[in-house]
Amino acid sequence: MKVSTIVTLKKDVLDPQGKVVHQALNGMGFNNIKEVRQGKYFEIEIDEKDKKKAEEKAEEMCKKLLANLVIEDYKIIGSQ
Amino acid sequence: MNSSVIIFPGSNCDRDMDVALKKFGFKNKMIWHNDSELPKNDLVVLPGGFSYGDYLRCGSMASKSKIINSVIKFAKSGGLLLGICNGFQILTETELLPGALLRNKYSQFICRNVFIKINESENNYFKNINKNILELHIAHNEGNFFCSTDQMKRINDNNQIAALYCNKDGEVNEKSNPNGAMNNIAGIFNKEKNILGMMPHPERMIDKYLSGDDGSIFFQNLLSNLK
Repeated sequence: MKVSTIVTLKKDVLDPQGKVVHQALNGMGFNNIKEVRQGKYFEIEIDEKDKKKAEEKAEEMCKKLLANLVIEDYKIIGSQ
Repeated sequence: MNSSVIIFPGSNCDRDMDVALKKFGFKNKMIWHNDSELPKNDLVVLPGGFSYGDYLRCGSMASKSKIINSVIKFAKSGGLLLGICNGFQILTETELLPGALLRNKYSQFICRNVFIKINESENNYFKNINKNILELHIAHNEGNFFCSTDQMKRINDNNQIAALYCNKDGEVNEKSNPNGAMNNIAGIFNKEKNILGMMPHPERMIDKYLSGDDGSIFFQNLLSNLK
């Protein structure tokens, strides 16, 4: 099972990288952007056929390593 | 006094720290991250650098390394644990210290001297120090201290703020904050004050002809408090 996960900075945490990307996009002529937030995407291939079990394992990985819960949120966005 | 500096792949201030500790009288040993036991110590230092390439997040991989369990055990039993720069980031990633170090507010790697004001001196690191404002060096991309409102309340309630960014006269204001750190925080303690994490590098200021002498004051004072 391949589980897809995204990790993003929490809403109230400043994202200077997103801000710089936003400014660059503005400079390129994309003027209608309200905000850009940058995050991380993980594909985790687990030797597990059961979708629920695989997602539970991925969630544990997010909590223990992939996300720092002081500043980040995680979301499992799909598994196949 | 015995000390250990942990070397992670990508540490680059480990030897500077070794030189500094030995200069002021510590018997220092260098400990590889893949060892599992620490020798008997009065002080353990997590040095600056880019441990494991700072992949995923700064300090996150180092916080899961083999030696870290012994480091945590040492600190939980009251041993002095000092984390400088990347070492500070590792301490927050291990949750030995609260909060996290975010990217600098102005999206720049900062490499320059700053002034810090010692905020809390009832501890082995700063007790009896004869100078309250120190000029030290910083070199980091992620030094912007951040924590939740609850964590900040506990930090304040327990007097855990070790040092604040200030100007040369000791005024703590936004202008003297190099990286956007909450409340100008340059370093914090754990509740028991045996663990200190800070972004500035005292080990880079131990020679008045090459850099400055305020790091010498820090190490001399630490050693005399431990004797």
